[in-house]
Amino acid sequence: MIDTGELALRLRRHVVSMCSRGGSSHVGSGLSIADIIAVLYGGVLRVDPARPDWNGRDRFVLSKGHAGACVYAALAERGFFDSSVLETHYSNGSNLSGHVSHKGVPGVEVSTGSLGHGLGIGTGMAFNLKRMGGKQRVFVVLGDGECDEGSVWEAALFAGHQNLENLCVIIDYNKLQSIGRVSDTLNLEPFAAKWRAFGWRVSRVDGHDHDDLRSAFSELSANCPTCVIADTVKGRGVSFMENEVLWHYRVPKGDEYIAAMLELGVDVALPANA
Amino acid sequence: MREAFVRALTELAADDERVLLVNGDLGFGVLTDFIQRFPNQYVNAGIAEQNMTAIACGSAMTGARAYTYSIGNFPTLRCLEQLRNDVCYHHSDVTVVAVGGGFSYGQLGVSHFATEDLAIMRALPGMTVVAPSDPWQAYELTRQLYARGGPAYLRIDKGAAGARKGEVQLGKVREVRSGFDAVLFTTGGILSEGLAAAEALAGEGIGVRIVDVHTIKPLDVEGVLEAAGQCGRVFTLEEHVVSGGLGGAVAEACAEAALSLRSFRRMGLGDAFPDAVGDQAYLRRRHNLDAASVASTIRGAIVH
Repeated sequence: MIDTGELALRLRRHVVSMCSRGGSSHVGSGLSIADIIAVLYGGVLRVDPARPDWNGRDRFVLSKGHAGACVYAALAERGFFDSSVLETHYSNGSNLSGHVSHKGVPGVEVSTGSLGHGLGIGTGMAFNLKRMGGKQRVFVVLGDGECDEGSVWEAALFAGHQNLENLCVIIDYNKLQSIGRVSDTLNLEPFAAKWRAFGWRVSRVDGHDHDDLRSAFSELSANCPTCVIADTVKGRGVSFMENEVLWHYRVPKGDEYIAAMLELGVDVALPANA
Repeated sequence: MREAFVRALTELAADDERVLLVNGDLGFGVLTDFIQRFPNQYVNAGIAEQNMTAIACGSAMTGARAYTYSIGNFPTLRCLEQLRNDVCYHHSDVTVVAVGGGFSYGQLGVSHFATEDLAIMRALPGMTVVAPSDPWQAYELTRQLYARGGPAYLRIDKGAAGARKGEVQLGKVREVRSGFDAVLFTTGGILSEGLAAAEALAGEGIGVRIVDVHTIKPLDVEGVLEAAGQCGRVFTLEEHVVSGGLGGAVAEACAEAALSLRSFRRMGLGDAFPDAVGDQAYLRRRHNLDAASVASTIRGAIVH
């Protein structure tokens, strides 16, 4: 059994250090989904790091590709590739692009980065797996701001119409998007009612409570797609990043990096041999 | 041509349950038999081309051999980013089928003129681009595209050039008429105008070679250069803008080989939208793409 609490903490450390070292944005987004990703990769997803292409695996799609650092970290923690690869994130010649990419990265199913693509692809996967009689499930993580994209609702309509019970979408509902609050940009509420109206079973959970998340993922609907709206806090785990739009783009450097890692239980200010 | 594609796809579907047709809510009457015979290999994605493409892509990623189907620009331009990021970047086995290439829907207006698609599809990394000239060729190339696998774009128009049936090979140009005074490269059903022009010019003692470039990408550079080099006067004809499509591809091949040509002229649409509607024959005349105009253009280059 993997301790998902410990895994989530490790993912957060990776996200902060990867973003700091590489100089990349989106540290707040990676921290926001760390618990969701830890619960998925810590036991929910049926995957085999030794056989990333095993046909019987569940499929995972990160549609909000800008939070890719967290998925790279989870794959490394699960042994899909060596953790040292994470140090190349965002650097010249690396496979680990700022938006999640499958090329040369074992375990990544789908490259994303342009918002609104992942749910359609995941829906296609679920549709074809079901058509071929497979038992595999498909999990897709969407951002809340991403739900502005019309293509999300094209896919939602299709999945509901086709009763794709092997499909689960998880929405990272941190209520902040690129340059402002979701409610001030394009209000999504009543959010759950929208998904229900499209033919989905909806549950709303605390996106940082692992028991809540595990239970939502373990009881997918038997006759329609499942939508889990996960209330989250952008930047979760680092107090001065939490719920701050600034940390969608700001890179943690210097004292900010040291302070962030300290909150995550690592003193990076100490010399390595101290 | 459309029926020929559906016939080929029906045969492929019967032999391979992975074949999946993802339809964009079009093809009334044409797909009835397919839908009835293969309910598990067909889905109507509705009027939602981004999702149609994504469903095909996700299906291909899990083992399907997927086809999207719609008309005009809907399966290409409406969902261009899904084709680029999802289908092409993942090299997914998706074949995009567009019915109504060029001015096939000439009375329906600019929204329904597919006249930039070849250039745009050609720019996508890894995309095969095919425009058959006759129904029999649409049938053969559908089967050959299946053997090759996606990503691919199959542009179907209403043409039936009437070229003699014979061998056609994906990725190889096909000489349809011999001649040494000039060569005319064509793509799609507009080959018929080229053949008629060549016939007229033959009566004047001008021998025009006609080469059908059904596969725009990957371009048969060797075949193009051989014909261009032997004839010296090079013309291209397409129901499409002259930039980036057949004319652009042939020009690039000739220039990069530093061929010394006596003349070079692309026939197609310029940098403006058509300012009138009409049937396909009318619009070809209006844009100097009919047989008489083509003959006149070639004659002018030779006789001047």
